[in-house]
Amino acid sequence: MLEKYTDDYILNIIENQHCKTHTMLSSLLTVQDDIGYLPKNSINVVADFMNVSTNDVWGVASFYLNFRFDPPGKYNVEICWGPTCHIGGASELQQIALEKLNLVNQGDTEDGKVSLKFNTCLGACPQAPLISVNHKLHGKMDVKKFSKILDKLN
Amino acid sequence: MNYEIIKSDSDKKWAELTNGSIPWIRISDAMCCGSSLGSDEIIDNLKKYSAENKIQINISRVGCHGICYAGTIIDVLFNGNPRIFWGYINPKNVIKTINSYIQNGEILKDNLLGSYGDELIKGVPDFSELPGIKYQKRIALKNSGNIAFDDIFQYIANDGFSGLNKALHSMKSDEVISEVKNSGLRGRGGAAFPTGVKWSFMANSKGKKYILCNCEEGDPGAFNDKGILESDPFTLIEGMIIAGYATGSTNGFVFIRHGHEGPIVRTEQAIKQAYNNGLLGENILESGFSFDIEVSLTGDSYVAGEETALMESIEGKSSKPRSRPPFPAAYGVWGKPSTINNVKSLSYVAEIIRNGSDWFKSTGTESSSGTAIVCLSGNIVNPGMYEVEMGVSLGDVIEKLGGGIPDGRKLKMLQTGGPLGGVLGSDSLKVKIDFDEMAKAGAILGSGGIIVVDDRTCAVDLTKSLVAFCQYESCGKCFPCRLGMTHLLEIVEKISRGEGQIEDLSLMNKIGKNMQAGSLCGHGQLGYNPISSALKHFQNDFEKCMSGDCPTGSCKERKIVFPINTRPNAWQVKVGM
Ligand SMILES: Cc1cc2nc3c(=O)[nH]c(=O)nc-3n(C[C@H](O)[C@H](O)[C@H](O)COP(=O)(O)O)c2cc1C
Ligand code: SF4
Ligand code: FES
Ligand code: FES
Repeated sequence: MLEKYTDDYILNIIENQHCKTHTMLSSLLTVQDDIGYLPKNSINVVADFMNVSTNDVWGVASFYLNFRFDPPGKYNVEICWGPTCHIGGASELQQIALEKLNLVNQGDTEDGKVSLKFNTCLGACPQAPLISVNHKLHGKMDVKKFSKILDKLN
Repeated sequence: MNYEIIKSDSDKKWAELTNGSIPWIRISDAMCCGSSLGSDEIIDNLKKYSAENKIQINISRVGCHGICYAGTIIDVLFNGNPRIFWGYINPKNVIKTINSYIQNGEILKDNLLGSYGDELIKGVPDFSELPGIKYQKRIALKNSGNIAFDDIFQYIANDGFSGLNKALHSMKSDEVISEVKNSGLRGRGGAAFPTGVKWSFMANSKGKKYILCNCEEGDPGAFNDKGILESDPFTLIEGMIIAGYATGSTNGFVFIRHGHEGPIVRTEQAIKQAYNNGLLGENILESGFSFDIEVSLTGDSYVAGEETALMESIEGKSSKPRSRPPFPAAYGVWGKPSTINNVKSLSYVAEIIRNGSDWFKSTGTESSSGTAIVCLSGNIVNPGMYEVEMGVSLGDVIEKLGGGIPDGRKLKMLQTGGPLGGVLGSDSLKVKIDFDEMAKAGAILGSGGIIVVDDRTCAVDLTKSLVAFCQYESCGKCFPCRLGMTHLLEIVEKISRGEGQIEDLSLMNKIGKNMQAGSLCGHGQLGYNPISSALKHFQNDFEKCMSGDCPTGSCKERKIVFPINTRPNAWQVKVGM
């Protein structure tokens, strides 16, 4: 498969990364921030850049749960299922999202438009239950409001 | 640069800002009342208003007041009057509120919280008498809500960096350690280890040494570390430099989870301003001491907050804990001596040095000096981030600060100290907020998260959500935790479905004991806590659920969909990619 992002493109991102201390993890985070996922060749580029084996880089990329290996949808929807949101009704929000997006668990919709993710705590528990769309938080969510938000995604 | 020079420069700027000739508007803009409630738009609207009407205003974005329920909070200092506060401000009502006041001198009653200052205005309530303000005692958060989080001059004008200046110019490094030891400061990251003692472990080794500040904060229900970094990152930076000086360290890392833009951007900004003013880098405040700080980001992993996993992550590897010994003070990040402290622990340091350890010791209790920063969430009227003196009771926190339980419901459970902490029953309201008292009661204070749960939730249901979290976040390095958590979750789910048997309780106990004895890090060692503490107070709920009769029905109503993601997550990679 032809990679959309060339090795040079990726190397350029990594070389100009924001973190002062360059590591496997900081490089992978930079690639994902820029491209939205880790294309296969990015693993090799990071390995060469850090002078480690591709195995080492795969190890890190497959450990942290935020990394993904194919392009994300246009909409990144996250639902918090942490305990505060759970007692506030997060499971109903999960159910309605799965139903509307025709999914059985977190993942991407068939048309690739929406990436659904369950998050362990979005960090604004006073406003529980929470969801986020493209990293913007929406607090005090309920099924009705969330349905409207989901209906608007296209 | 010389401290006296920046101080007098800052004081001048502060005097101009506060003399009342131009309205100074402060907008709370932290984790929950910030951008999610439209603070950016509020500020845009204010700027537009000021330009269109040619009215000069000064705007500062400030941190959390603690009363997050009233967000967004705005206050104006103008015309020799005290600060006037309004809550529940949004992009729509902000202009009317501000315009009425600064143009017509009319204080709108809508959403008015009160006034704050030496002389109050008649007919306007006293802001400091609001329960959410009155019952707080702020040390680490003293600047939060009062100064811009992105302006080092406001920080310096409010005594910022005077603790550092005192340490560098009038104390030897071991005197700083003694002072922190004597203050009784204990770690706010979970284990409550005395901070000064921890520092002393590393003081004598030579060469490159690291101060690592832990802001992983993966505990659901806790948001105070991110809250501090968003509200007043300079206090942390000052504390870290003092820790660096005390331990003879050369470098510091602030460790934050990737994706939390607020704390990341604000910390980086504070670090940059500190460098620009000679407060970081070579020869800090002309003392001969040099220290560097940078931000290190980690991926999604709860266990990355464990001290040795954190070091692996800073090195860029998977955040799996190391076995100990060797301990971090001897062999830390890149094999160099390292000291790990929580954000909150380090945020007390500057004030302790500035005011002396006896001053700090005079607050709080015998065994836990100072304050606790608690995060109230769940079934509570006024959720928020409150700094309270150690020794107040849980009941006071719930009733006075939190305003009690909404909808006429009854308190049933308090989940404290993160998912690995514990659950307390409604009979625990007398328990004092204090590391040892909380531990005696069977929970921990830990990082300060308190999730309030009313009588609509079954203890099995809550436990299931906690155990699911712990199972999901096991790093998988050692099998007692990896398999144990999975097995525990299976059993709790079974009970929650109404299919449990009484033998399951002893089976869980056995698994829990093995995990405690055989796990490599605290995650597995404490992984049975959510179950054992729930059983201690609510065995009845478990037994009822076993007979298919969930006492509240919440086990049946709430169907959690557990994320299928597990480590390693490379199963996502499509074959042939
Ligand atoms: C699984 C696990 C997760 C942890 N997560 C955090 C965390 O997010 N933040 C934190 O400060 N400490 C966390 N800790 C505790 C740290 O290991 C360490 O004790 C603490 O950062 C030390 O700081 P202190 O002495 O200032 O409390 C965690 C511990 C374990 C076992
Ligand atoms: S106890 Fe759990 S989290 Fe800790 S090292 Fe073992 S598997 Fe990882
Ligand atoms: S538990 Fe949902 S935001 Fe914290
Ligand atoms: S007052 Fe805004 S986050 Fe607390």
